Amino acid sequence: MADQTYWDDVNEGDSIPELRKNCSTQQLVHWAAASGDFYQIHYDLGFAKNTGLDNIIVHGALKNAFLGQLLHDWAAPGGVVREFGCEYRGMDYPDQDITCKGVVTAKSVEGDDHIIELDIWTENPDGQKTTPGTARVVLPAR
Amino acid sequence: MAESVITDEMKAAVGVDVPGGTSEVTTSGIRMFARAVGYTDLIFYDEDEAKKQGYSGLVAPPGYLGSAIFRPGGGGAPGGGFSIPYKRILNGGTTYEYLAPVIAGDTITSFSKVTDFRERSGSRGDMLITYRETTFKNQDGTVVAKMRGNLIQY
Repeated sequence: MADQTYWDDVNEGDSIPELRKNCSTQQLVHWAAASGDFYQIHYDLGFAKNTGLDNIIVHGALKNAFLGQLLHDWAAPGGVVREFGCEYRGMDYPDQDITCKGVVTAKSVEGDDHIIELDIWTENPDGQKTTPGTARVVLPAR
Repeated sequence: MAESVITDEMKAAVGVDVPGGTSEVTTSGIRMFARAVGYTDLIFYDEDEAKKQGYSGLVAPPGYLGSAIFRPGGGGAPGGGFSIPYKRILNGGTTYEYLAPVIAGDTITSFSKVTDFRERSGSRGDMLITYRETTFKNQDGTVVAKMRGNLIQY
């Protein structure tokens, strides 16, 4: 984890540090157990193919959780992820890079909260945004 | 586009809060979730470290709102329990909004409502998209989070 990021030092248009993921099928089983999502398309290749998929696919919610980590690791220890989410537009597969990225779109102050708004997304190896989303993070001010 | 699959029963369910059950925010659940995602921050693993940072216990990572309690034969069909002629389900998207910290030891109860049904014809054929908002309260009755999501059936 990097040093504390302060609201004052963040500017619209800034990119936040990337988070690179690459899921083994084992990690998908970990996620199935942790999340309670045991849909077989995420760990049973035969089942996935029977539903018309080419491969096992990474859980959308796991990619969303990756985006949560992207934001948490950037904001911690003094900041808090207030809101984050994404749309599951494209599929990602095991053993391929999933790169989590974020760009600051706005800064505001609401009451005591110093808020940063971001566009966030995961990218597949072809550079396509498979899960575009948005986030609001509260950061400490100097 | 085929005939609509949205029944009168479904239309009547829009906007109506339905109890979504109870889940427990446990130390083991938090650690499993954090490990599955790949977190290294100790506030998700080490109680002393979490307390050092001002929390009363292990912190629930973003997206973890407790482990659902399932019982064989206890019901709880995915997709909202409506009778839909589509076999396949995809999660279309999810947003979490946090209003208060979620900490190990919390018991979370949820209420969920359908906010909209939409039908679309796309590359996968005819599909039904169900938009849902779920509100999560802790044992003190404090709303800790809201989740907005949509489910695609085709």
